Amino acid sequence: MTDIIASLYVFMLAAFVGFEVIRRVSPLLHTPLMSLTNALDAIAVVGAIILVGEHKSGLATVLGTIAIVAATSNVVGGFLITDRMLRMFKASKTKTP
Amino acid sequence: MTTALVTDRAIQIIYLVSTALFILSLKWLSSPNSARRGVRAGELGMLLAICATLLYRGIVDYKWIAIALVLGAIIGVPLGRVAMTAVPQRTALSHAFGALCVALVGTAEYYLRAPHVPAFMMAVLSMEVILGSLTFTGSLMAAGKLQEVLPQRPITYKGQNIVNLGLLAISVGLAVILVLNPGHTRLFPLIIAIPLVFGVLMIVPIGGADMPTVISLLNSYAGLSAAAMGFVLDSKLLIIAGALDGSSGFILSVIMSKAMNRSFTNVVFGAFGQVQTAAAGVAEARTVRSATAEEAASILGAANTVVVVPGYGMAVAQAQHKVREFYDALTKRGVDVKFAIHPVAGRMPGHMNVLLAEADIPYDKLLDMDAINPEFPQTDVALVIGANDVTNPAARTDPSSPIYGMPILDVDKAKTVMVIKRSMNPGFAGIDNPLYYLDKTLMLFGDAKAFVGDLVRELAGT
Repeated sequence: MTDIIASLYVFMLAAFVGFEVIRRVSPLLHTPLMSLTNALDAIAVVGAIILVGEHKSGLATVLGTIAIVAATSNVVGGFLITDRMLRMFKASKTKTP
Repeated sequence: MTTALVTDRAIQIIYLVSTALFILSLKWLSSPNSARRGVRAGELGMLLAICATLLYRGIVDYKWIAIALVLGAIIGVPLGRVAMTAVPQRTALSHAFGALCVALVGTAEYYLRAPHVPAFMMAVLSMEVILGSLTFTGSLMAAGKLQEVLPQRPITYKGQNIVNLGLLAISVGLAVILVLNPGHTRLFPLIIAIPLVFGVLMIVPIGGADMPTVISLLNSYAGLSAAAMGFVLDSKLLIIAGALDGSSGFILSVIMSKAMNRSFTNVVFGAFGQVQTAAAGVAEARTVRSATAEEAASILGAANTVVVVPGYGMAVAQAQHKVREFYDALTKRGVDVKFAIHPVAGRMPGHMNVLLAEADIPYDKLLDMDAINPEFPQTDVALVIGANDVTNPAARTDPSSPIYGMPILDVDKAKTVMVIKRSMNPGFAGIDNPLYYLDKTLMLFGDAKAFVGDLVRELAGT
C-alpha cells in the first residue's frame, strides 16, 4: 500500500512539473512538442519488453510482442520526425551566421 | 550484495537518469535554439531505458523481443519521414499506436494476475485498458478523417451524447464490478470492446476544424493510460513519462478550446460539431470588391508592412512554398512581412508554423495571436490565405454568431485586407464572414497556390 501512495506522489509531482515545463513551450513548437511527448510516452515499451521476456503465458507473449512493435514504431518515428521538424525552424539570416 | 541485486539497482538508477533526461528534453524544447538538444536528450534517455530493461534478469527469452524491436523500427522509419502536410494524421496514428501498446500490456497483465488482483491495482488496470482502447480507435478515426479516407464532415444524430456517455458509463460500471470481484474474467473483454466502440463514436461527430482540440485530447488520454500502466507495473519511469505526456496534451487541449471559445467540459464531453450549423441562412446578396493579381500586387508592392494570415486552405493547396517566394519578393522590395498564426489554424496545434518553417520562412517572422494583434492597426495590407473563421469580426461584434466570443486575429483593423479564396462559399463552419463585405477588403478569387504564384510573378515583373 505504501508503494501505491509513493507512486501517487510521483504522479502528482510529475504532472505539476509537466505543467510548468510545457507551459513554457512556445506555440511555435506545439507540433514538435506533441510528436516528442508521443515518442517519450512510448517508454511503455519497457513494460512490453519485460512482459515478452518473462514468457509467462502464450497470450502475454503475443500481446506483448505486438505492443513492442507499436511502441517501437512510435519511438523511432517520433524522434525522427521531431528532429526533422526542428531542423526546419531557422531564424532570420541576419541573426544566424 | 548479490550480483542480481546489483543489476536491479543499476537498472533503477538508469531509469532515474532516463527520467531526468526526459524532463530536460521537454524543458529544452521551450525555445527553437535548444530544441534539438531536447530531442537528443530524449533519445538518450530512451536508449538507456531500453538497454537497462534488456538487462533485467527476469527475461528468459530474447527472440521475440528482438523481432518486435526490429519490426517496430522498420515501421517507425517511414512514419518519421512523412511529408509535413501529413503530420496531423501521422500524429493521430502515433497516438493510436501508443494506446494500443498500453491496452495490450494491460490485457496481458490482467490475465496473468486474475483472479488475485488487489482493488487499487484492478482500478488502475481498468483505467489503463479503457483509456487505451478508446484512444486507439478514436485516434485511428481521427487519422482516417485527416487523411480523408473517412468523410471529414461531422456526422451527428439525435441522442448522440446520451449513447456515447451511456457506453462510457457502462464501461466504468463494469470496471467497478471487476474491482469488487476481479475473478469475473468474462467481463474483462467488455471493458476492451465497449471503449473500442466508444472511441469510434466519439470521433464521428468531429469535423476538421475541431481536430486541433481532439488530437490534443487524445494525446492527453494516451499519456494518462501510460501513467496508469506505470501504476500497474510499479514503474516510476512510466508514471512520470505518462504524466508528462498527459499534462502536455491537457495544456494543449485547454489552449485549443480557449482559442475556439469552448469550455473545457464542452470539449471533454464531445459536443464538438454542434454549435456550427446555426446561422447559415443569411446569404443575402451583399457586394464584395474583387481584384486581379496585377491590382493586388501593385498595392502589396507599395506597402510598408504586410501581415500574412495562413489557414488550413494554405495547407490543402500546398501553397507554403509559393508563400515563401512571395515573402522573398516583398522582402527584397523592403516590405516588412510577418505571419499571424491563430492557435487553431490548421488541423493540429502548431500546424502552420511547421509548414511555414518547412518552406524556410524564418521562425521569428511567425507571430502568435497575442503578439500580432496589436500590430494590425499599423499594418498596410493583411493577406488572408485559406483562413476564414479565425478572421471573422462577427466573433467580436455579433452575439448571435455561433463563434461569438472566439478570440480572432484582428485582420479587419489593417488598412487594406486581401482574402484569397476559391469562391464566396462560406468556410467549414458555414458561417458568413462580414470581413469580406468591408470597403477595405479585396477578394482575390482563385486557388491559393496559383494566386500566390501570380502575385509573385506580378511583383517580379514590376
